[in-house]
Amino acid sequence: MVIEIIKGLGTTFKHIFQPSVTVEYPDEKRPVRPRFKGRHVLKRYDNGLEKCIGCALCAAACPADAIFVESDENRDSWRFSPGERYASVYEINMLRCIFCGYCEDACPTEAIVLEHDYELSYYDRASAIYTKEKLMDRLDDSGTATPMQVDPGEFDRAIPDMQDPG
Amino acid sequence: MADQVTLKIDGDVVSVPAGTLIVDAAKSVSNDIPVFCYHPKLDPVGMCRMCLVEVGTPLRDRESGEPELDEHGDQKINWMPKLQTACTVPVSAGMRVRTATQQVTRARKDVVEFLLTSHPLDCPVCDKGGECPLQNLTMSHGSGESRYLFDEKIQLQKRVPLGELIFLDRERCIQCARCTRFQDELVGEPVIGFDKRGRALQIVTFSEPGFDSHFSGNTTDICPVGALTTADFRFGARPWEMQHTPSICPHCTVGCNTHLNTRRSGMVGGTVIKRVMPRQNEKVNEIWLCDKGRFGHHFAGSSDRLTVPLVRKDGRTIEQSWEHVLPLVAAKLAAADGEVAGIAGERLSNEDLFCFQTLVEGLGGRTMQWPGRMGGGDLVQQVGVGAGTDLAQLGAETVILVVASDLAEEAPLWWFKVRQAATKAGATLNKHPASLVVANARDTKLDRYANHIVRYSYGDEVQTVQALTHAISGDGAGIETGIDAQHNPLLSEVARAIEAAENMIIIYGSEGLDFSGSGALAQACANLLIASGHVGGVGNGLLPVWPSNNTQGAWDMGVRPAGMSVSEFTSGAKVVLLAGADPVGDGESLPEDAFVVISELFKTDTASRADVVLPAQAFVEREGSYTSGDRRVQRFYPALPALGDAMPDWNIFVRLTALLGLGTVPAGAGAVMRQIAADVPRYDGISYERLADVEEQWPHVGGRDSYYGGTAFENSAGLGLQTPTLAEMGHQVQPGNVEPPSVESGEFLVVPITLLYDRGSMLLRSKIMHQRLPEPYIELNVVDAERAGVGAGDRVALRVNGHDWEMATRVSTSPPEGVILFPRSLAGPLLPRTMVASLRKLES
Repeated sequence: MVIEIIKGLGTTFKHIFQPSVTVEYPDEKRPVRPRFKGRHVLKRYDNGLEKCIGCALCAAACPADAIFVESDENRDSWRFSPGERYASVYEINMLRCIFCGYCEDACPTEAIVLEHDYELSYYDRASAIYTKEKLMDRLDDSGTATPMQVDPGEFDRAIPDMQDPG
Repeated sequence: MADQVTLKIDGDVVSVPAGTLIVDAAKSVSNDIPVFCYHPKLDPVGMCRMCLVEVGTPLRDRESGEPELDEHGDQKINWMPKLQTACTVPVSAGMRVRTATQQVTRARKDVVEFLLTSHPLDCPVCDKGGECPLQNLTMSHGSGESRYLFDEKIQLQKRVPLGELIFLDRERCIQCARCTRFQDELVGEPVIGFDKRGRALQIVTFSEPGFDSHFSGNTTDICPVGALTTADFRFGARPWEMQHTPSICPHCTVGCNTHLNTRRSGMVGGTVIKRVMPRQNEKVNEIWLCDKGRFGHHFAGSSDRLTVPLVRKDGRTIEQSWEHVLPLVAAKLAAADGEVAGIAGERLSNEDLFCFQTLVEGLGGRTMQWPGRMGGGDLVQQVGVGAGTDLAQLGAETVILVVASDLAEEAPLWWFKVRQAATKAGATLNKHPASLVVANARDTKLDRYANHIVRYSYGDEVQTVQALTHAISGDGAGIETGIDAQHNPLLSEVARAIEAAENMIIIYGSEGLDFSGSGALAQACANLLIASGHVGGVGNGLLPVWPSNNTQGAWDMGVRPAGMSVSEFTSGAKVVLLAGADPVGDGESLPEDAFVVISELFKTDTASRADVVLPAQAFVEREGSYTSGDRRVQRFYPALPALGDAMPDWNIFVRLTALLGLGTVPAGAGAVMRQIAADVPRYDGISYERLADVEEQWPHVGGRDSYYGGTAFENSAGLGLQTPTLAEMGHQVQPGNVEPPSVESGEFLVVPITLLYDRGSMLLRSKIMHQRLPEPYIELNVVDAERAGVGAGDRVALRVNGHDWEMATRVSTSPPEGVILFPRSLAGPLLPRTMVASLRKLES
């Protein structure tokens, strides 16, 4: 009996002097794997134009029906994305999302990417719906905010000329 | 019935009428031969080569003509050396068709590949993506991989406006010519066409404004790619995201079957109508819609709709709940001692009108149809056009007489179908056109297709029809008329045609006529039909061009025109109950001391005068039924959630009826229809269930077969039922006494005419149509204009009834001399009929 207790405490004391595996979250955050599927980000081209063209194929592919897209027509004086169409409303219900990544697969312009943010918590259900403003990637120093005013004919095409318009 | 021809398609024995094309014959046994340029409603052209099949005919001995047999005793088949286009080859007896051989499969694959060489493949941003024949047929017949270098694709303009309603994407166009053929063959307005040749071939518009046609929206439905899109729906939603609710167009008396495509909108906040699409009903609108029906739906979603009951108290309008308002109204109605004047608009549904009539009748009051400017509804109930009549299918045995109506403006789809009957354009089988007689005082668009054009002076409408009756019955002496058919060679010619015809339809309107005038015209037309024995059968009878969508329903429900002004009708009334009517907006007045209650969609002038305003639901939010001019009762369904506290009109009336102890509240609109079936003559047997019945229609369009007829939707929600006429029920209908209206004379006669695109409260709320709505104008004959010293575009003062109205002038040869055409519902006075006017040029 005593021997067992001493044996058990031995294990305890052994671990006291070993390095800890516990991560002090949220003070310390473990890096995630490169292919980790976290919160979605809507990407931009370097010049600031949105990659998303509002085609709603992500919404069509979504098995949880978590995505809502409404589109509208771009104008050169009020341009969000290359080509004729842009997403005027883009919403993801994070309570519904199962982070399967089908939206990424469906996207013809690689606009939606499941990034590494996993800190998703809400005080009410309405704030679980991420709007386009929340999902849109931050602007690089080189880019201009959308909607931007561009020269006519410069960004007329979206699909399938999806190389970076520069 | 045409002779039947039997042939064999891939082993299936098919029997079809002679003259049928292979592609249609195959379709009838569910063998879907892929097509792009072919459309069952259009003449075949064989441009896209997608429908290539192997065709063989039985080999016959040259001397005896007997079929040659091989050693097995089977017929020897002479296979054509090359593939044939199934859309241009008519069937023949004993023909063999192979649609699944390697050669055919290869040809289809090559055609798809060829079409895709210059197609941009921007399906993700294309409005057609998801319901696109090119997409579908590429998936089923195309190659899995492209051999084409993407960088070598030609790039063309992607946003070419053909007018402000239709946009062209030059890259996507596969040059099938469906749109140009539709405009050319079926509408007769070739305002779009091909320009240049070869690779540079493109669709251009020749008209000003661009694509100037009332039917332009249909080209976007039949376009097999996303080359043509409407401004209304451009990037509106993906096809698979929308709900489809069957509905009925609320604009004119044709009663076109539609689908309302709805979806939640984050921008608007709530569900909205994204687009209105045709729903196939071959007897009504086939698979077409006019642009007013397609783009004129925005009134229902307008932001100025009424959403809460309003009560006027001490000069202020305050919002109230139904619980407060209905007892208040009921108390006022009960205290009126039967002095209740009910005025109901012709646009309300049958259920609304029935409950309205029941309420007011129960109170001992009187009802009136508003505006109620056209008569003859009782005659339509007696000798209306035979049930099952399809105007477009009428052939050589039929005379169609159109009198006092500009069909193209008043009932576009009837114009379309009458034109079809008279030209047989696009028809593959029956190529014998009906004989068309157009009787009007001025040129109309239908004249072009008429066999006989009868011209009369405004005011002589009734006498002209009477003269025809005399010519037929040989009784010239009976009534003194200004026009004598026996001495007027043209009228005698028409009379002879009518006598020779097996069937006759009279389509009558009310141009230049008021209620009693058009009633007299209807009676004259009915007498002509009775005299010539053309009542009570398919392809025979009277067809009214009602000014509203449910005028016939109003007549049937007992809400009839009063034949007097609103102020006369309401004089002495303690309570005036209005529904969907705006007499104050039309310059009428209501008694000062009457308590006025109105149910409305908008804050109209009458609603502003009312003591209680009750918010009504628009047709898109509720169930109901309309009865069209050919007495077809058709059902519409709720597409959008209720707006605020608004209620269906019928519900308001039955609640009042119940509060007054005059009846009970039915469970729903369907229950009201059961009451209608029990109480209204000739509606027995009509129920919501039966209105939802469908039967197979030709051609098969929509659904899986979207490539065949475009994105027009198949009808699975009901074709409607036609109420029988007394003539059809076997009653002997007697001709009635006709009292021709008196004609005024003066320097100028001003004639109110109807335009499709007016500035009425419904169309004004569709911003997309604004560019097509004309500024208020009058139209003058060239001679008159010269005499009055007025040129085109000049401002004039039109003096009618002692008031001056400022108008712009148009000059043409259409109006007869001494006549000013005055389009209704643009601005200016509300003219009930042809009136005397004078003109004064205004200095600019």
